[in-house]
Amino acid sequence: MACVIITNIFKRNSFKKLGHFWYARSLSVAATRLKHDREWKAVIGIEIHAQIYSKSKLFSGSGTEYAYPVNNQVGLFDAAIPGTLPVINKRCVEAAVMTALALNCSVNKVSKFDRKHYFYADLPAGYQITQQRQPIATDGYCRCIVYNPAVPKYREPRELSVRIIQLQLEQDSGKSLHDEENGYTLVDLNRAGVGLMEIVTAPDMCDGEEAASLIKELQLIFKTIGTCNARMDEGSLRVDANISVHRPGEPLGVRTEVKNLNSVRFVAKAIDYEISRQIELLEDGGKVENETKAFDFKTGRTVSMRDKEMKQDYRFMPEPNLPPLRIYDSSDAVSHLDAHQVINVDDIRASIPTLPAAKRTHLVDVCGLPWADAIKLSSEVNLMEYFEGILRDAPHRLPKTAATILLKHVLRCVYKAKCSIADCNLAPQRVGEICDLIDTSKITWDIGAKLVDMVFEGETLNPAAIVEKNKWHKITDNEVILRLCQTAIDENPKAVRKYKEGKKRYFSTLIHHVQNKTEQCTDSFVVMDTLKQLVLCEYSKVTQES
Amino acid sequence: MSLVLSRLGNTVKRLTSFSKLCKSKRVFASNEKSKVPQKPTWSHVEENKLTEETLIDNETIDHLERMSLVDFNNQAGIDRLNKAIRFADQLQLVNTTGVEPMDTVLENRSLYLRSDEVTDGNCQNDILQNATKVIEDYFVAPPGNIPLPDQERDYGPASAKKRK
Repeated sequence: MACVIITNIFKRNSFKKLGHFWYARSLSVAATRLKHDREWKAVIGIEIHAQIYSKSKLFSGSGTEYAYPVNNQVGLFDAAIPGTLPVINKRCVEAAVMTALALNCSVNKVSKFDRKHYFYADLPAGYQITQQRQPIATDGYCRCIVYNPAVPKYREPRELSVRIIQLQLEQDSGKSLHDEENGYTLVDLNRAGVGLMEIVTAPDMCDGEEAASLIKELQLIFKTIGTCNARMDEGSLRVDANISVHRPGEPLGVRTEVKNLNSVRFVAKAIDYEISRQIELLEDGGKVENETKAFDFKTGRTVSMRDKEMKQDYRFMPEPNLPPLRIYDSSDAVSHLDAHQVINVDDIRASIPTLPAAKRTHLVDVCGLPWADAIKLSSEVNLMEYFEGILRDAPHRLPKTAATILLKHVLRCVYKAKCSIADCNLAPQRVGEICDLIDTSKITWDIGAKLVDMVFEGETLNPAAIVEKNKWHKITDNEVILRLCQTAIDENPKAVRKYKEGKKRYFSTLIHHVQNKTEQCTDSFVVMDTLKQLVLCEYSKVTQES
Repeated sequence: MSLVLSRLGNTVKRLTSFSKLCKSKRVFASNEKSKVPQKPTWSHVEENKLTEETLIDNETIDHLERMSLVDFNNQAGIDRLNKAIRFADQLQLVNTTGVEPMDTVLENRSLYLRSDEVTDGNCQNDILQNATKVIEDYFVAPPGNIPLPDQERDYGPASAKKRK
């Protein structure tokens, strides 16, 4: 409140004449400082539901394909027909262990299953089998990079570490389609019983962008280790966000939960909207209600869900049909047990491929790439693989050149052709050959770009042969360049005059002239330097004569 | 409240599975002397030693009925429920210090792991057989938890700017 008044005084003062300038300025500094001290701080924790990439469901032998004919991937157990019993899928347990290890969690050697009860049409048994008391893994962390070149606040890449409280195995529910017009819900049980990993984070994030960064990192990790396809659009990765605001030093505020966010952008938007809503509400003297909300992507707002009148009582109880799940390590894997019945944490740890964070650090520390390039390359598993493909079996190849050619030129072709890097028919090795020509100064960057275009469009000659055929060798003879530049100056007197009058942009006309004459075979930096010298020299000549 | 009930449920379950175990012991190891007393012994528990009696209000009854999908029917049903809770209160007197809670008598066993193969499903007709109403192979259910109609104020970026 105080800061609002001071800001108002400042506003009124600033409209007065210059005499008040210093006074007003010092007040404004005080106001910002005061405002900063009293500023609201948002606290965000998220829950992630990741569908395990497996052929069959968690406790039944039904398939898990997406968009399968309705209610046709349902076994008697999935439909909760009495007399059926759950049998756990080994693959799901292994996937959960691998994910837990990738998130630096400690894996519990004994974990248990519980029933969580609630009534909903897409939950046939009336309860979900989950792990409430003793989950498969606890206490981990995930490091991600908060970076968004489009927003000034996030233009500098910054590392964020988010603690993982626990990772648990549970069943997915069926899918409901609400037909509001006719007043009924259509239920498809194909998804009912698919294995889920629920990951709960500590409230270590403070805005939408940070939450979005964490989710992007998790998606990358899942795709790298192959435990979840991480497609938010298909619902194989879903996010619930818990949001509250408070003033630093005061206890945490009442939180709301926004459920079922199905894109990374919506996560950021929903959280930022909810933060603004809560701050506005509190500043107006209102109270935040502990409730569940949904995000309406059409309006960009969060809306309350029905059924909030009563606190849910899930009536957790131990699952009587499942004895404890045991996981071993090399020290206690008993040899007399059937090998198929043993899951060894150490074996799984050894099979984890290099994770995105380690790859990113390698790109920066060893390859010398700028952070922005490293983040971009590691942001997509296929892109990273392509990059590694370019450098494969060619220790002499410069990673920097490869990164620039890939990120600037190959991707431009890919976007133009509306395909993806995974299914583009341009072999990484061909791109590598183009990089070599640039690295050895045989061609210019512009010719390199042109070569990428040609090879992408199906030119079968190898890059060196194309250069040979078109005589696209880089012009390195300074005499030749000097002559070319002089011609450019002679043929563009108008541009030269304008440039001398101080209109710097006319200089590019001269560069383009030389570049066009030589079909981009001159290094634009060399041309620029030569042109500058020539123009200056002529300029001094002219001034001397006059 | 429902916690008491579920605890009671657990205890009953544990007792039944325990008695089953005893029976099987008797059948398969009749030579060994059972640690379980052969005859039940009764001890009277003083009413005043018990915790205060739980009184269930109508709201809780409604809640329980909804949760369990069981209709208590009449006052007699509710009385029976109260008595059951009172009976369970005696369990609070049992000294359990140092006793590890037990979920199942199979605690020393390990969960069997199945290999990841599709062996079930593709039986839509069987599955839909139980449904009273089906539209295009979907089960039809009453409307569920859907967002409330939108009547809230806008807090998006545009209005944030306006505020500043």
